[in-house]
Amino acid sequence: MNGYLVLENGRYFRGKLLNDCRMAGGEVVFSTAMISYQDIITDPSYYGQIVVMTYPLVGNVGFNEKSFASRAAMVKGLVLREATDFPSHYEMETDLISFLNKSEIPVLTGVDTRALTRVIRHEGSMGGLIIDNLDDKEWMMEKARLAAEELQGDLVRFVSRKNIMKFGNGTKKIVLLDLGTKKGVIDSLVRRDCEVIAVPANTGAREILRLHPDGILVSDGPGDPGAIGYAIDTCRELLGKVALLGVGLGHQILALAMGASILRLPYGHRGSNHPVKNLENNRVYITTQNHGFSLEESSLSGTGIEVTMRSLNDGSIEGIRHQEMPVFSLQFDPEGYPGFSETGFFYDDFIRQIG
Amino acid sequence: MPIKEDLHKVLVIGSGPIIIGQAAEFDYAGTQACRALKEEGIEVVLLNSNPATIMTDANIADHVYFEPITVETVNKIIAREKPDGIIANLGGQVGLNMALALDRAGILEKTGVPLLGMPLDAIARAEDREKFKETMQEIGEPIPESDIVHSVEEAIRFAEKIGYPVIVRPAYTLGGTGGGTAYDNEELQQIVVKGLKNSPINQALIERSVAGFKEIEFEVMRDANDNCITICSMENVDPVGIHTGDSIVVAPAQTLSDEEYQMLRASSLKIIRHLKIVGGCNVQYALDPFSKKYYVIEVNPRVSRSSALASKATGYPIARVTTKLAIGYMLDEIPNAVTGKTTACFEPAIDYVVLKVPRWPFDKFVFGDRKLGTQMKATGEVMAIDRSYEAAFLKSIRSLEIGLNGLRLPVLQEMKDEELRQRLEHADDERTFIIAEALSRGFSLDEIWEITRIDKYFLKKMKNIIDFARVLEEKELDYELLREAKKIGFSDFEIAAIKGQTEEEMRKLRKKAGILPTYKLVDTCAAEFDADTPYFYSCYEEENEAWHDPNTRKILVIGAGPIRIGQGVEFDYCSVHCVWALRDAGIKAIIVNNNPETVSTDFDTSDRLYFEPLVYEDVMNIIDEEQPEGVIIQFGGQTAINLAAALSRAGVKILGTSNDNIDRAEDRERFDLMVEKLGIPRPPGKTVFSVEEAVKAAEKIGYPVLLRPSYVLGGRAMEIVYNVDELRQYMQTAVNVNREHPVLVDKYLLGKEIEVDAVCDGKQVLIPGIMQHIERAGVHSGDSMAVFPAHDLSPAIRDKVVDYTLRLARELEVKGLINIQFVEFEDELYVLEVNPRSSRTVPFISKVTGIPLVKLGTEIMLGKSLEELAYKGGLQPEPDFYAIKVPVFSFSKLEQVDITLGPEMKSTGEVLGIDRSLKTAIYKGLLEAGVEISHKGTIVATIADKDKDEAIPILHELSQLGFKLVATEGTAMALRNNGIAVETVKKIKEGSPNIVDLIRQGKVDFVVNTLTHGRMPFTDGFQIRRAAVELNVPCLTSLDTLKVVKAVITEGEKTAAMEIMSLQEYVKMTGVQS
Repeated sequence: MNGYLVLENGRYFRGKLLNDCRMAGGEVVFSTAMISYQDIITDPSYYGQIVVMTYPLVGNVGFNEKSFASRAAMVKGLVLREATDFPSHYEMETDLISFLNKSEIPVLTGVDTRALTRVIRHEGSMGGLIIDNLDDKEWMMEKARLAAEELQGDLVRFVSRKNIMKFGNGTKKIVLLDLGTKKGVIDSLVRRDCEVIAVPANTGAREILRLHPDGILVSDGPGDPGAIGYAIDTCRELLGKVALLGVGLGHQILALAMGASILRLPYGHRGSNHPVKNLENNRVYITTQNHGFSLEESSLSGTGIEVTMRSLNDGSIEGIRHQEMPVFSLQFDPEGYPGFSETGFFYDDFIRQIG
Repeated sequence: MPIKEDLHKVLVIGSGPIIIGQAAEFDYAGTQACRALKEEGIEVVLLNSNPATIMTDANIADHVYFEPITVETVNKIIAREKPDGIIANLGGQVGLNMALALDRAGILEKTGVPLLGMPLDAIARAEDREKFKETMQEIGEPIPESDIVHSVEEAIRFAEKIGYPVIVRPAYTLGGTGGGTAYDNEELQQIVVKGLKNSPINQALIERSVAGFKEIEFEVMRDANDNCITICSMENVDPVGIHTGDSIVVAPAQTLSDEEYQMLRASSLKIIRHLKIVGGCNVQYALDPFSKKYYVIEVNPRVSRSSALASKATGYPIARVTTKLAIGYMLDEIPNAVTGKTTACFEPAIDYVVLKVPRWPFDKFVFGDRKLGTQMKATGEVMAIDRSYEAAFLKSIRSLEIGLNGLRLPVLQEMKDEELRQRLEHADDERTFIIAEALSRGFSLDEIWEITRIDKYFLKKMKNIIDFARVLEEKELDYELLREAKKIGFSDFEIAAIKGQTEEEMRKLRKKAGILPTYKLVDTCAAEFDADTPYFYSCYEEENEAWHDPNTRKILVIGAGPIRIGQGVEFDYCSVHCVWALRDAGIKAIIVNNNPETVSTDFDTSDRLYFEPLVYEDVMNIIDEEQPEGVIIQFGGQTAINLAAALSRAGVKILGTSNDNIDRAEDRERFDLMVEKLGIPRPPGKTVFSVEEAVKAAEKIGYPVLLRPSYVLGGRAMEIVYNVDELRQYMQTAVNVNREHPVLVDKYLLGKEIEVDAVCDGKQVLIPGIMQHIERAGVHSGDSMAVFPAHDLSPAIRDKVVDYTLRLARELEVKGLINIQFVEFEDELYVLEVNPRSSRTVPFISKVTGIPLVKLGTEIMLGKSLEELAYKGGLQPEPDFYAIKVPVFSFSKLEQVDITLGPEMKSTGEVLGIDRSLKTAIYKGLLEAGVEISHKGTIVATIADKDKDEAIPILHELSQLGFKLVATEGTAMALRNNGIAVETVKKIKEGSPNIVDLIRQGKVDFVVNTLTHGRMPFTDGFQIRRAAVELNVPCLTSLDTLKVVKAVITEGEKTAAMEIMSLQEYVKMTGVQS
């Protein structure tokens, strides 16, 4: 049936609603990743977002649980040029449409996603509403605006774990402060002879230290880091006491804890082709990214923070280190697809650092 | 790191002539390389023997050497030019082989000139099968079980150990020459004998067949700082077993899971890091469709056909960046030419689907073996871009110019199911249409997959097209359905055909409904950044990005489409020069083409590039969108000419010679009227509509006669017949003669063929020079050796050539280029053909005379006169040197194709030999064309009766030069009767050892075989010729060629110490005007 994406600025795009889900609002962002749709749909950093896939053919290999980044679908909606009607892969368990239907997430297809992407690029990320009619556009625009506004607060509480979980039996003990982590991060550490204790986002510093970790990893997650003061406080207390690695949202949280500030990027970095340059050896890594915020350049002076990596595309900060304390962090996912990433060595560096 | 110090002059090795497996992609790569060097202020020295290319233009490289690509030549160039470095990885396999040969010969070490970019060790490890295997084992990358063999016995032993089927891959060959899949000992023996002969190091690899696995390719790059990027993944729709050059390829890969993609990406990066490759590299994989098991099949440490495709598919200029890396830059120091803001160190993201479909030559080689396997057979390819697989697929079918608009091939509709099933099993050039037919008959996806192993994802995409065609048949065509049909990719033509309307009616209806194509940008980044690359493709979406300024002057140039026999890279040369001339004149040049291998489809060649099919609908849509002031069709070969009438009818302004005058030259009756009026003789002839009329006409004209259908391209289906039996056979088998498709019967004049290219402003005619063919009329001009300036014409004939040319050009009011072919017969000059457009020889003649024909032609179309351009009319002064165009064939790749030269064109490319001495120029040309002339040894001769009188004196002289002659009985007797010593060898039917055995045993240095005419394949002569081709023994089928070869041999030692000079030096010597 016909469906629409109405943006808060009044622009709308026509398409077809492929499953039974009739309405959903969220922040509309685009990703240029061409293959990793399963990862994106289940990645907690995309929580609350309506994701526009710029690659036109999505769902070619169907869905299987082992490719999930977390336990369930995280996006609020999906906007595509074409959802494959005939996925074909020997590992497929279900298809994209059925999976999203079960997760009650709408899929709008047949959309000129390139035109939509260009709107977001020019005007920035904004609220949007996927809906099955265009009867009251004013109301829909308002609804779209509200959907984006709702995402301004603490999103971590929706995706972080509720209980403490142990993974692996390695010799190094890492506490993972889970702000909405992906399975791949845990896998990457377990693979490197670590025991990982994953703790909820609101776990306090004393409680974490009681676990006697060799190192702490502050994970990636969704939304505005400024809205999760509790995690910033926790990290501030941990600074200097134990080695810290931040990834994605965790990187922003650590920077805030060290006194830096953050800003919102106009339309974010989302895709798996982002070049990042390591300023220490001029090596460039192709990384997977999904973030809408970045560190503010001018806020770094006096914080003891040193920039270690930058985006080759826009020069924004992609990696930092504290000049004295054992703290470093990365804006991108170093694990990529676990086992095949060329930036997985950052985990090795971290483990080496904790002795 | 900045550019390497002390790098002022660089030698670039080109790839030589176009053959199957090595086509225009290396002109694109070489041209990018030369330009990338020049913009750094580096002087470029270029060695390439192919005159049809853009890279060999005097303004692309500073010193162009048309010489044999050999170690000796490079050594001489180094001594003369003293370059500071050599770049070899942009010249295809030829370039890489040269790098290794230079190293082996100690030249690199002796001269101290470094190889830039790709390290030698990387080339050796990737190219040598044994080293490759060791290297992969070192880093734990799996390759199929295999063994290197040097003999048939070794091969059989190994195959029996690992089990059949096995694949044979000869070492260091192009496009898999001489390879194949063997299912038993006998087949293995056949393939290995041939493969070893083809391999310059007499080595082949026998490996386990992974046929049926997915075939995936990665284009990757690395810089000296170990930064690596993936440009593009590509998936062959046909699984492993069919050469990637013969497969439909889709980019990016469609059926891989993220894990599989990352696994193969990581593997390819690991490989290029280990090999320490600098520049672009292609890695091919076989991936099990049912597990994560994969094998590395091949690593190509160079720019390749796949990298050209990846470049065009993503917008990432691989050859340019490879060149910059070779001279010392790092990836992140090179700006991204597309966005202008980011750097070259990123991985392109695309937001469309790209399909590449091969173009095969079996329309010319009707008896050729059409089966597809590990030996590449396609001469060219098309690429199509769209937002869906279906639409890209349908566009690519239209782009092929095989007379089809959709997936249905009418002849297949008669075929029985059983036969269809069999055809599915053995892939051939019609595979796509066989599958489509099977789908439309209701064969299940599973059944077709079971037989073809083509992923069901792709089969379903084809089925979607077929299913929708049915919907179109059944449903009423309202606007909504029409919009849907256009979105899926159906052409107006096909929708109209289904609905019983005309294309024009459908176009009108569609425009009335406001269903117009939108054009999207190819920008390397999926719209993530602002880009202003002027590179567009069409689709039916909401937003059109092809915004343009209606107030600027714009002209559309129609390109030439895929490379095929008869329409090669020459026409891309012409299109590109036309574009450049327009830009020089301050006019926005828009080009439309669909060939990913070419310079014309580089996004920085024109002001705007449309990657679209060259058919009426798609071209007209661009014209509607851009509103150019005119369209130029003179430079895109027959492809563009074919559009003239339809565009003209639609009211489009065709620049240059009028459509009516084009028709006067092309239409037989109007042409006859014209030459009659001008009093220019032409061979007597008649148009006939039935077999009996043909018999009568031939009797009246007198045998031999030349027969051809009225509409031809590149001499297709032409034949010379000598008697009524042959004529009847031709009329009954080769053509389908009727009222609508008459056949032309012309007197065949066995004389000297003369060719002229000229440029005319409607009044003045500039003739840069006269070319004379070595082979007499009857051999297609594209297959003849051509000498410039004509070496053997009387002043009277020369004057006539000039006079007729002037009169014909003026009569046709030519504004632009014209090509005329003449024959001199018994002191009279006859006109054979007039083509009011650019020809195959335009690049050749432009280069050797220094007269920029295409630029002049373009300026004239814009309204200038020759005088205003400071050129004088008439025949230009002749130079002090000779330039020879020698055709190059790809027969070793096309089984069952007869190599005899005749009126149908068979060559795929050409080379240029240039020297002050005619004989040396010929010798160089032959050498460049791969004809190795031994100065002594054994000649096998089988001469048809009609040729014996002429052949005997030549053979006599060769015998006196010390050659041993061997002949079958008839020829031997004739020779003996003339007192010439000759050994008799058995004919094939006389048992062994016979003439073919002799060739196969490698005991023959060259073969002379003249044709006992007729279209019958598989005669003795045919088998002799094929044996010669397969064993790489020169085989001459024309006595004219034999004569010049003899002359060259007589020169003997003199040619051995050839001097070399650059094209620029030769041209300067002549001192042409302006």
